[in-house]
Formats: sequence, C-alpha cells, structure tokens
Amino acid sequence: MSERTGSAENFKPAKEEPLKEESTSPKRVGLFVTCLVDLFRPSVGFAAVKLLEEAGCTVEVPMAQTCCGQPAYNSGDREDAAAIARQTMEAFEEFDYVVAPSGSCAGMLKKHYPSLLKGTPFEARAEAFSGRVHELVSFLVDVLGVTGVPARHEGSVTYHDSCSGLRELGIEKQPRKLLSSVEGLELREMQNSDVCCGFGGTFCVKYPDISNKIVEEKTASIEKAGAATLLAGDLGCLMNMAGKLHRQGSSVEVRHVAEVLAGMTDKPAIGGGGR
Amino acid sequence: MEIQSPQFREKARKAIADEQLQRAMGKAKIGFVGKRKKAVDALPEFEDLRSSARAIKDHTLEHLDLYLEAYERKVIASGGQVHWAETAEDARQAVLGICRAAGARTVTKGKSMITEEIALNDFLEKEGVRPVETDLGEYIIQLRGEHPSHIIGPALHLNKEQVEEDFRRVHTELPAGRDLSQPESLLGEARHILRPQYFQADVGITGANFLVAETGTSIIVTNEGNGDLTQTLPRVHIVVASIEKVVPTLEDASQILRVLARSATGQDMSVYTTLSTGPRRPGDPDGPDEYHVILLDNGRSSMLGTEFHEMLRCIRCGACMNHCPVYHAVGGHAYGWVYPGPMGSVLTPSLVGVDKAGHLPNASTFCGRCESVCPMQIPLPRMMRHWREREFERGLNPATQRFGLGFWAFFARRPGLYRLATSMAIPALSGLAGRERWFRSLPFAGGWTRHRDLPAPESRTFMQQWRDREALKQRGKMA
Repeated sequence: MSERTGSAENFKPAKEEPLKEESTSPKRVGLFVTCLVDLFRPSVGFAAVKLLEEAGCTVEVPMAQTCCGQPAYNSGDREDAAAIARQTMEAFEEFDYVVAPSGSCAGMLKKHYPSLLKGTPFEARAEAFSGRVHELVSFLVDVLGVTGVPARHEGSVTYHDSCSGLRELGIEKQPRKLLSSVEGLELREMQNSDVCCGFGGTFCVKYPDISNKIVEEKTASIEKAGAATLLAGDLGCLMNMAGKLHRQGSSVEVRHVAEVLAGMTDKPAIGGGGR
Repeated sequence: MEIQSPQFREKARKAIADEQLQRAMGKAKIGFVGKRKKAVDALPEFEDLRSSARAIKDHTLEHLDLYLEAYERKVIASGGQVHWAETAEDARQAVLGICRAAGARTVTKGKSMITEEIALNDFLEKEGVRPVETDLGEYIIQLRGEHPSHIIGPALHLNKEQVEEDFRRVHTELPAGRDLSQPESLLGEARHILRPQYFQADVGITGANFLVAETGTSIIVTNEGNGDLTQTLPRVHIVVASIEKVVPTLEDASQILRVLARSATGQDMSVYTTLSTGPRRPGDPDGPDEYHVILLDNGRSSMLGTEFHEMLRCIRCGACMNHCPVYHAVGGHAYGWVYPGPMGSVLTPSLVGVDKAGHLPNASTFCGRCESVCPMQIPLPRMMRHWREREFERGLNPATQRFGLGFWAFFARRPGLYRLATSMAIPALSGLAGRERWFRSLPFAGGWTRHRDLPAPESRTFMQQWRDREALKQRGKMA
C-alpha cells in the first residue's frame, strides 16, 4: 500500500459492503449536513441532496443533528464526544444510509464512534451504525456505482485530498473519476495534493502560526497548478485554504467538489468568489 | 537535557521566522519523502513486511521480561556484562563506573539517541571524561553545542555553509586556503580530525538498533563506518540501549531491517549493519577487551499495557517526522527535548510527563500521514489523542480553551437550542459581512484571522432553508 492510503487500524481504506439485496424501492438516505455546511455554506448541502436524489435516493435531514463531536473528541473531552455520538446515532437510526459531504465528519461517525463507544452499552450499535455511514462522493461511486454526472463546468480545477477522507476512508480516485465526467472541466493536479492544508480543526486556532506556515505551502502548490478553481471534499479545509488565498489576493475560486458535480456553480464561490 | 517543551509555541514561532532553517527543512523534506516512496514502490511485499515487523515487536513486548533475561544470559555467556538501569541517572553512573575502571580520559561515540536521552555528554564532561562524537552530523552539532534536530539526521537543520564556518572556527590548524565548500570536503576534514581520536579513546560507546535474545548480539546500522571504529578500536565497548530494542532472533532482526532503512533514508539497507557479540575472543583479529551493555528502562516499562504500549514498537527510523507537516514547518528543536516529530509527541509525554510536554500531542493536525508511513504501524494520532484525554482529565489545558469547548458542547448536545441559537446568530453574522463577504478580523476569531480571512456565512443556515423547502413541499401536496 502506498503512503497515500495508510493501513494501520484507524486508517483502513473503507471496505464497502455490497447491498444486501437489490431492492427496487429507493434508498433512504439521512443527510448528515455537518456543522460547517449548515452554518457557513448551505449550498454544499443542497448540492449533496441533488446528487443523491439524481442517483435515485430519497433524502431526509433529521433535525436532531448538530455536529459530529470531533472538536470534543480531538480535545480529549470523551464525555461530550460520546454524548454527541449517541445523539447522532439516535437521530439517524431509521435510515438505510447516513451520508455526509465531508471525509472528516464521515470518518468520525464511521471510524471513531466505534472506538469512542467501545466498552459501553452502545458499542454494538456504533459498529452497526458505522457500516451505514459514508462520505458523499465515495457513497455515489462505491456504493451506488455512479460512474459519471450530467454536470458542466467550463474551466480548470485542482483537487486537494483532505486528510481524513484520504487516509481514513481511502477517498482518492472517486472524486477524480466523477470530475472527469464533468463536461468542459479540466483537472490540473497540484503537487503534494495529499499533504495536509494545516486546518486540523481546533489546531488552526490553537497554533495559528504553524497552521499558517502549512497553508502557505499549500496555497503555493495551488497557485503553481494554475487552475481557476480549487476543489476539495471538506469544508473545514476549504475555508482554511480559501481564507489564505483571499488574504494573499489570489484569484483562485474555492468550492466544495459536490457543487461542481451537482452542476451548482451558478452560486458565488466560497466568500463570494475571488477578488 | 533540559526540557524546553513548555516553550514550544515560542520556539515554533522563531523557527518559522528563521529563513536559514526553513531553507534547510525545505531541502530535507523533499529528499526523504521521495526516497522512501521510491524504495517502497520498488518492493511489492513492503506492506506484508510492515505487518510482519509489527508482529515481531508485538510478540516481543508481550514477553519482554523473558526475552530480556534470555538476552542477558547470552551476553554473559559470550563474556560480556549487563547493567540494568532503571533511570537515566542509573545509566549515567553505570557508564561512568566503567570509564573510571578503565581509567578513561577520552571516549568516542557512535550516533545514539539513547545517550542524548540520558544527556550523557554533558555528564561525562563534568566528570572529566571527554566524549567525542564520531558521526558526522553528531560531530557537527557537538561543535556547536547543540542537540540533534532529527533522530537520524542530527544536523538536518544546518546548511553546509554553516558547517564550513564551524570547522574553520574550531579546527584551528586548518589552512585558510582549504576548500570546504562541498559535503565531500567537509566529510574529509571531519575524518582527518576524528581518525586519531579512535586510537586515543579508551572507551567506545554506541547505541543499538537491535538486541538479539537468541545470541546476545547488539546490532547497529550506520552509513559512515564510524560506528565500527568506535566499537572495535577502544579497549572497552559500551552499548547503551533501551529495553524495547530486544528482538527474539537474528531472523527477526533481519526482517525488521528490511523496513528500517527503506522507511528512513530510502536505502535498501544502510551501508553498514554491524553485529557485536561479547568482547574479543582468543584468536579474534580485533575487538574490545570488555563488552558492556547498559539496559535502560527510564519509564518504558510503565508504558507496557497502557494505551501507549504500541509506541514501544518504534524502531527510530524517522519516517513519521519526515512526512509530518508540523515537523517540516518548525524543525526538530522546537519540540524542546530529545525526540521530535510525531514519535516524539507520543514518547516525550510518556518519558517526561504530559504536564511538561503537553504542547507536543496538541500540535498535530491529525493528518495521519505519520501513521500511514510508519513501518511498525504505530497509531501515532490515536496516541496523541490519548494524551489530550489525559490532559483534559487533569485539567491541564488552558481555561479559555476549556470554556470555549464547554460552551460549544452545551449547545451541540441540545439540538433544539442549537437550532435556535444558530438560526439567530448565522443570519446576523452573514448580514454583518456586508457586500465584501469576508471578515478580516472578528472578535474571538483572532486565531483564525491573524493569518487568513474568514468567509462570511452564505445567508441563513442549511437547516432553516431545508425546513422552508420541506414546508413548501407539504403545502404543494395539500393543495
């Protein structure tokens, strides 16, 4: 296995369970919106809904969801993280699938809830829940077998592999596969697309100077790729890179990959576009 | 070595502003990453080798006491002596005792992180024994009065111009016209100075990459050959090694060797892999008269059976730091103690206490690249998270952080309240941004806006808009 997709316990590429039976009734998907999409960029949520509906799913959005609990979990606060995990599992109990437009949040639900709730009465439930959770783009490609999208996007894009999606869930080829089906789109790979952008959740505010040094390297790679638009599958990383690009006066537009795949780029890019 | 990890933040800031350091780091990271990748790609069975290397260490750690005792018996049987050292001080005293008994004035040293951990050089100097580092990188930083910034490349933070300057400063007999502009000429100069030291030294000290229980052998891997001279020329050879270096058999050691150099430098094997078993035997052409092994615990046995147990599989290849964006940004010295990078962020709190080293496991983006390249499959991010949990339990994180987290968690655990609060705050924040759609600064968001702008929320929350959409649908159905 290459360095890009790790192999130890926490970082196994997702093994998809094939559908148990080919049923004709539409699949019921509960959309885990993610807190950042809910608050900062609802467009990504609507793009996800469109993609899922186009692929034949019915999509519902449980109102009892808030955040995946990662800020608590990664700050060492297991109690709050576990309470949020139980609450999330409860809210999504009734769905065939739980889909999130974020590798990081999907990774939390899929990979970390089971270890967080290990040894509690919720252990078995977390394991079962884990099997139903998917990141949006890998769900479309790996579970639903989508091979292309009917979208159009004139221009060049470059794609950043967000860490959790890449190394916890093995998301690397899926977004590129779907992007290659978008009419008019040219993918210009950046160097070191698999290197962290320096966001790291609370890391970017706890250690702003280090985070800044890392995102500077990233924006240099982005600029060097020479694409008009930067895409990724995680809004946290996107806001970090967009915020740095804007501070640097860059003209690169930044969007979530789902917006392009859903053909919903009529809305302004993150932060209302470039300069 | 004095622990400076509490000053991590300031040290990191200085490192980022240090242009010379940044140039050196920039070169280093490209080299290491590319070389490892090439070596790993060339070996289809590399993943299987990782798993087998891991299994060997897992098995050994399960039976560590037995293998250590077996190792000790074999060392004694081959004519060597074993000194058990529970603490760094015990180890230092053991080394000093051997030096005194040998009447040693000068000791040569092969590269060893363990002797850094026990701060042996400073101690020996105070006791009137002169330590001479013989690894080129170690020699350079010894001249500069520094500590290693990388576990396999101690002088990684330096450029060759700085080394030339140091040599001209210290090697006073050096003709001014001598060319020292190339790595080769620098190496030649170091060799010229070091060669006589091997013969003057009464004691040679090395570390060990492996201790083999089956045979009582210690193994070092080096690229310069200085280790061999250090351990064969002086009358006394001291091996200083920590207890988790033991492996059951020579076969096991050679299995792990297949992942070690590839992960470290991208070499198939290091230039020298040197095995030492006891002192010189009758009829041997060379070798020391005395062979001592100092087995150091220094807190490791208390990691066994805890959530940090797996850290003891570490073979010190440096791949984790070679691939770490934080290490690349700040270099090794910012970490403030012996072991930098992700392995240091897990090990340092174990050895010196999380109250002193708390910054280290926090200064990670959890990008997971370290774990993905670790030849021993050590779940480094998971263990850093465990350290954050210990900190949180003990209330060691800053009050502002705890308050912020508590405030957020209060709402995150109450979806109804969360909806209410966000449906008021988000449209307000969005409106505040005006036409520009970016915040250049915002109260309570200084950590973010110090270096980057914050995009304003689009408008209302997704949940607000979704509820409207669903209500509209319902009305459509009813009509």
